[in-house]
Amino acid sequence: MQKRHLLRASAAAALALTTGLAALPAAAQDNVFKIGLILPMTGQQATTGRQIEAAARLYMAQNGDTVAGKKVQLIVKDDTSLPDVTRRLAQELVVNEKVNVLAGMGITPSAMATAPLATQSKTPLVVMAAATSSITEASPYVVRTSFTLPQVSVALADWAPKNGIKKVVTLVSDYGPGIDAEKYFNQRLTFNGGQVTEALRVPLRNPDFAPFLQKVRDAKPDALFVFVPSGAGAAVMKQFLERGMDKAGIKLIATGDVTDDDQLNDMGDGALGVVTSHHYSAAHPSPLNKKFVDAFEKANKGLRPNFMAVGGYDGMRVIYEALKTTKGTGGGDALLTAMKGQIFESPRGPVFIDAQTRDIVQNVYLRKVERVNGQLYNMEFDMIKDVKDPGKSK
Amino acid sequence: MLTILFDGVAYGMLLFILAVGLAVTMGLMNFINLAHGAFAMAGGYITVLLMQRLNVPFLVCLPLAFLGSALLGGVLERTLYRPLYHKAHLDQVLFSIGLVFMAVASVDYFVGSTQQIMQLPEWLKGRTEIGEGAWMLGMGHYRLFIIAVCAALTVGLQYVLTKTRFGSRLRASVDDQRVAAGMGINVNIVFLSTFAFGSGLAGLGGALGAEVLGLDPSFPLKFMIYFLIVVAVGGTSSITGPLLAALLLGIADVAGKYYIPKLGAFIVYSLMILILIWRPQGLFVRKGGK
Repeated sequence: MQKRHLLRASAAAALALTTGLAALPAAAQDNVFKIGLILPMTGQQATTGRQIEAAARLYMAQNGDTVAGKKVQLIVKDDTSLPDVTRRLAQELVVNEKVNVLAGMGITPSAMATAPLATQSKTPLVVMAAATSSITEASPYVVRTSFTLPQVSVALADWAPKNGIKKVVTLVSDYGPGIDAEKYFNQRLTFNGGQVTEALRVPLRNPDFAPFLQKVRDAKPDALFVFVPSGAGAAVMKQFLERGMDKAGIKLIATGDVTDDDQLNDMGDGALGVVTSHHYSAAHPSPLNKKFVDAFEKANKGLRPNFMAVGGYDGMRVIYEALKTTKGTGGGDALLTAMKGQIFESPRGPVFIDAQTRDIVQNVYLRKVERVNGQLYNMEFDMIKDVKDPGKSK
Repeated sequence: MLTILFDGVAYGMLLFILAVGLAVTMGLMNFINLAHGAFAMAGGYITVLLMQRLNVPFLVCLPLAFLGSALLGGVLERTLYRPLYHKAHLDQVLFSIGLVFMAVASVDYFVGSTQQIMQLPEWLKGRTEIGEGAWMLGMGHYRLFIIAVCAALTVGLQYVLTKTRFGSRLRASVDDQRVAAGMGINVNIVFLSTFAFGSGLAGLGGALGAEVLGLDPSFPLKFMIYFLIVVAVGGTSSITGPLLAALLLGIADVAGKYYIPKLGAFIVYSLMILILIWRPQGLFVRKGGK
């Protein structure tokens, strides 16, 4: 134990020393502002990386790459969703490249692995995707621009009882975000007078959903609440229909990951009518979003932006504005202060970065999948304003 | 309850089609081919891409998936596998696991890493229900289709191996290559076609399984354990062994997840351990046999 402490202390000292020394030669290239963007560009989560990078580049193309007299440089690194790789890359970016801001983070373990580095090197870490509630508590230097699963699950639990859904079975993937979704959905639904009759957790790499769905069917709830990562969502939805559960009077409700804009069109008519709650839909009816979607599709051969893209886009905005406020002179702490409390209009609607928790506060929308102009979209029909992450105890 | 049994049988049958090719290469040809899942993935991707990009009907895709993976298997057998037949098993393991990683990376590079979503024809989407209450039997049409294909395959395979001239040649070549060659059997051709056939079966399994199991580049790694369990439990010296093992595991997996969802994923492994303690050679292997 002591040895580990010693190692950690010396690592921190080495890091502090190198960053300290680095300040000297850095003066020579003073007019460059570096953003180290660590994303999964290959592997299972590659779509996350692709969407965020495209969005970040779009933001830079629209807003220029010179801010407050500094040339903004984006350094994209691929961590293939492996947290130890994320950590190594973050270390390299901080020590060798002397980045001013770390950003990205496709999955929760990556963000968790990087958080201590952000604290030690006093580098702001802008989390653009990972959505487990506790991430912002892992370091005072974390700022999040995506969303949290409690945030969107709770909104659904508020909506459901008002719409005749009292008895619900939950089905989540058995890992951090899934357990978050299950817990907060259950709490809020119970608070609202509903009841979770059964809570099923499926292994993350589950080959066949048949037994779980059959169990739900036999339990005959009013609705089935689902959180699974977006790829598996389509499989759940298909088997839900194949089992005739919609005809048995069971509704399918889910967090927006399940009807991810990135994949929605491929899911086919089976997705029609599914009710989800999320903070972003490519069909969000605001002029700003329309501009964003058009520009994004034009720049990426018709690829539709999803909630990951908007997290990356807004993350870049938060960094740009912080750089403007500090006039390009401040270090990590000044940038962090300038990031806290930003209020702005995002393609998803009005948002703000809570100064206490450094987490995003935003509207959560209830949407239903509909066919519009031959394409499937999540059409928003209700909204819960300014939802703060319920996972924060403070 | 009957529905659970039915789902379990269908799932088991699917595992069987996926794994039986491995039983052929590993058991009959005595080659540890961990890259088996890569051929299954090839079949899956052939089907999905043909359907998505060229609108080929699903039923036409299935034989194409078989042929495509068989062709791939044949080419690889001729070029890469053959020199390894006489090497140690560890070399074969390392070689074939290397192939798996190459397959994963190349699919990732060329097709992308997203889950592939397939649209089945309408007539396979429905569901038929018989009976009432606890004894209700609900059969998804697609699962019925899987069971039918698999039953036909098993009968055919069993016939080829035990009743045909090719079957006897294969068994002779495996038992003693030199004598078989001396008897005028072209061992190379026999092995080539067997390997290609095994890969083709894997491809067909992948094509059928893409709908139920999902399809992304990590497919061969994700399901490698299942193939190996089926082959380990069933033994590799016959077709019936893996079939019964696959059925047993499929039903145990589905029923376990239904009745004890908290333990669900571990039932298969516990069952495997118990069976292997009881019969280390596999369920249906005579002791002392090859």
